[in-house]
Formats: sequence, C-alpha cells, structure tokens
Amino acid sequence: MTSIITAIVFLILAPLLGGLIAGIDRKVTARMQGRVGPPVLQPFYDVAKLFEKEDVTVTPSQNLYILAYLVFMAVSGAYFFAGGDFLLVIFAFTLAHIFIVLGAYAAYSPYSYIGAERELITLMAYEPMVILTAVGLYMVTGSFYISDIATSTVPAILYLPGVFLGFLTILTIKLRKSPFDISTSHHAHQELVKGLTTEFAGPVLGKIEIAHWYETVVLLGMIYLFFGFNPVLAVVVIALAYLLEIFIDNTFSRMKWQWTMKSGWGVAAILGFLNLVIVYYYYVGV
Amino acid sequence: MAYLKKSPWLLHYDASSCNGCDIEVLACLTPLYDVERFGIINTGNPKHADVFVITGGINEINREVVKNTYEQIPDPKVVVAVGICACSGGVFRECYNMAGGVDQVIPVDVYVPGCAARPESIIDGIVKALGILEEKRTAMKETERQHGN
Ligand code: SF4
Repeated sequence: MTSIITAIVFLILAPLLGGLIAGIDRKVTARMQGRVGPPVLQPFYDVAKLFEKEDVTVTPSQNLYILAYLVFMAVSGAYFFAGGDFLLVIFAFTLAHIFIVLGAYAAYSPYSYIGAERELITLMAYEPMVILTAVGLYMVTGSFYISDIATSTVPAILYLPGVFLGFLTILTIKLRKSPFDISTSHHAHQELVKGLTTEFAGPVLGKIEIAHWYETVVLLGMIYLFFGFNPVLAVVVIALAYLLEIFIDNTFSRMKWQWTMKSGWGVAAILGFLNLVIVYYYYVGV
Repeated sequence: MAYLKKSPWLLHYDASSCNGCDIEVLACLTPLYDVERFGIINTGNPKHADVFVITGGINEINREVVKNTYEQIPDPKVVVAVGICACSGGVFRECYNMAGGVDQVIPVDVYVPGCAARPESIIDGIVKALGILEEKRTAMKETERQHGN
C-alpha cells in the first residue's frame, strides 16, 4: 500500500522537483559564468510556453513515440520509487530512451537522424555501468528490490566506491552534460540544431522536457541507494553530486562520440568491474 | 497567459550582414548584457523559436531561405529586423543583387535601426517584440475559439 502511495507522490512531485533542479542548474551555471541568470522557475515558464505554441508536426507517428517516452519514463520512475525490481526499472528506463530515438527517426530529418544515432551511442556507452550498479548493489545488500536496497543498513558506498564513481561518470552522460552532450544540449544548438529534438516543437517538445525532469529525479534517486543507511548523508551527497555535474558541464568542452564510448565502457570495465571482483572475493566469496 | 513573454527563444539569421550587427546580437548573450536573465535563449532551430532576429538586407539568393525559415517557426511568432541593412537595405540598398529590407519577403514587427545596432537597442527591440508576441497569441486564441464554435 505504501509503495502505491510513494509511486503516486512521485508522479505528482517529480516534475516539480525536476523542473526546480533544472532551474537551479541554470542559475548556478549562470553564476559560474559571471552572469545573473534566469529566474529559478524559468524551466516551468519554458514548458508552459511550449504548451501555448502551435503544434507543428512532420510525421504524426513521432508524437506517439514521444508520448510513449514520457509514459515509460514516468512509469519506470514510479516503479523505482514504489520499491520495485531494480532490473525492471533499468529495462523500462532504457525502453523509454528507445522511444525517443524512434521518435527522432520517425521525423525524417538529417539533423534528428544524427541526433538519434548519437543517442543510441550514448545509450550503448552508459548501459553496462548501469547494469553493474544494479549487480553491485545486489551483491552487498542481497536484493534487487529497491525497497530492500534503500532500507538496507549495509553502508553500500564503503563496499562500492568504484561503482559509485563509475555511476557518477555515466550520470554526466545521462544528464546530457558536457563533455558528453553529443545527442542534444542547450549549448550545442548551433552545430547540432539540438540533435534529437530538432523536429519537435511546441507541446511535444514540452513533453520531452517533462520526461527529462522525471529522468533527473530517478537518476538522483539511484545515488540515494548507495547511502540508504544514512538518509541525511544521502541527500547531501545527491546535492554535491549534482553540483559537481554542473561544474563539469561548465568546464569541459564537448568531446567526440568515441570518447563517450571509451569513458562509459572504461569506467564500467575498470572501476565497476574491478570493484565487483574485489567485493566478490572479500565480501561475498568467503 | 503571459508565459510567452517570459520565455522567448530566438533564432538569429544572418541574411547578408557585414557581421557588424551579428556580433552585437551575440554580445547580448555575453555576461555583460546576459539576455538569458529574461529567459531568452538563442536556439538555432526555427521549430523551437518564437522570435526571428534578422541582420542584414535580403538579397536574391537568401530570399527563399528567409521565407522558408520564417514559415517553419510555429505560431505565434515575431520578426525583429536588426540594423539599418535589415530595415531598408542600408548602404547596400543600391546593389544589383539586393532586394532591400527584410520586409520585402516577410512581415517585420519591430525595426531596430543603427549601424551597427547597439546591444541596448537590440534588447529594447526584442522586449518590444514580446508585447507584440503576446498580442498575436491573444489573436490566435480568439480565432481558435471562433473556429471551435
Ligand atoms: S547595419 Fe551596418 S553593421 Fe549592421 S549589417 Fe548593415 S552595414 Fe553591417
């Protein structure tokens, strides 16, 4: 019963929280660049505006895909906060991304094609590390269920520092921050024409934005799992991790897709895998 | 609703500017003027844009480009002609390949004079355009309502 309530609370509060985080992100970014920056509520104004605009659609099917993207993103997030199976959450999460890629492919435009291809590459780059995160948490807490992992008293971070660092790296990819904002970005508009989202306008673009807010909240929720034994510490770490992401976003320039692949798979192989091997021998294996 | 005014995304097109006005448009985005504090983002994608900023006069080659780009911007939209070249053709007016100001091809809502137009007057022009954007939105809603009934 409580799990259903948390799922509903997530569905309602996550967009608000995600939008607020996006607003703070823009404000902090502006301050780092020595500017005043937009109001914290700016992302909400943006989305409200997008819903006021005319809906121009090239291919009707693309809107359906975007709706599926939003729904799957919200559902996987709700399932995550309801304490469901981590693996299923990851699966639904990936499926949501596949839908936005399909939407971009459905639009028949060279820009959105390139954006879609780049999105597939990033998907490929971060996926191994996400799976290793789930496996690592399973090894130390003995469960794939979010509810068990989050309430477990095992200090997962002490066993999984490598996995955590690896997760932070792919968080940069998933949040579409520089240097990995190759598929779409607020700053890359000139050469990418916003990649994946090129052909989307008005309300549909607004839906993509809302889905991204959901996504941010779920990703930050995943950080919580490493610190489930101490909720206060977890919230502090989440805030610090996000600040670090903003800092990285502002100090790096965009890199080629090859580098995204190498960093994604590199951290998975070195930090993630090595960490799991050590945990296996010294903690589980004895 | 007034959200349109709070989040204008602009598309900047260089028709045949000498680059003088362009650099001033970009100067608006730098920390000194920081137009992002009004929610203004330079998008580079007509489908995401609300405000179409054009620098430089229209020549025979980019006539179609400007028209095409304008048509891709979803309603409601406004056009701001920045610099005297965009307003009337300026010093290039008599050239054999020039069609003249931006209003030769698409309707212009705000003219920002100057050679080059100063960032202050560009911001002024865009803010003025936002008022017109709001009016267009109301008019759009009105026609929607009439068609609905
Ligand atoms: S108005 Fe002056 S500065 Fe601007 S494009 Fe024309 S000639 Fe260049």
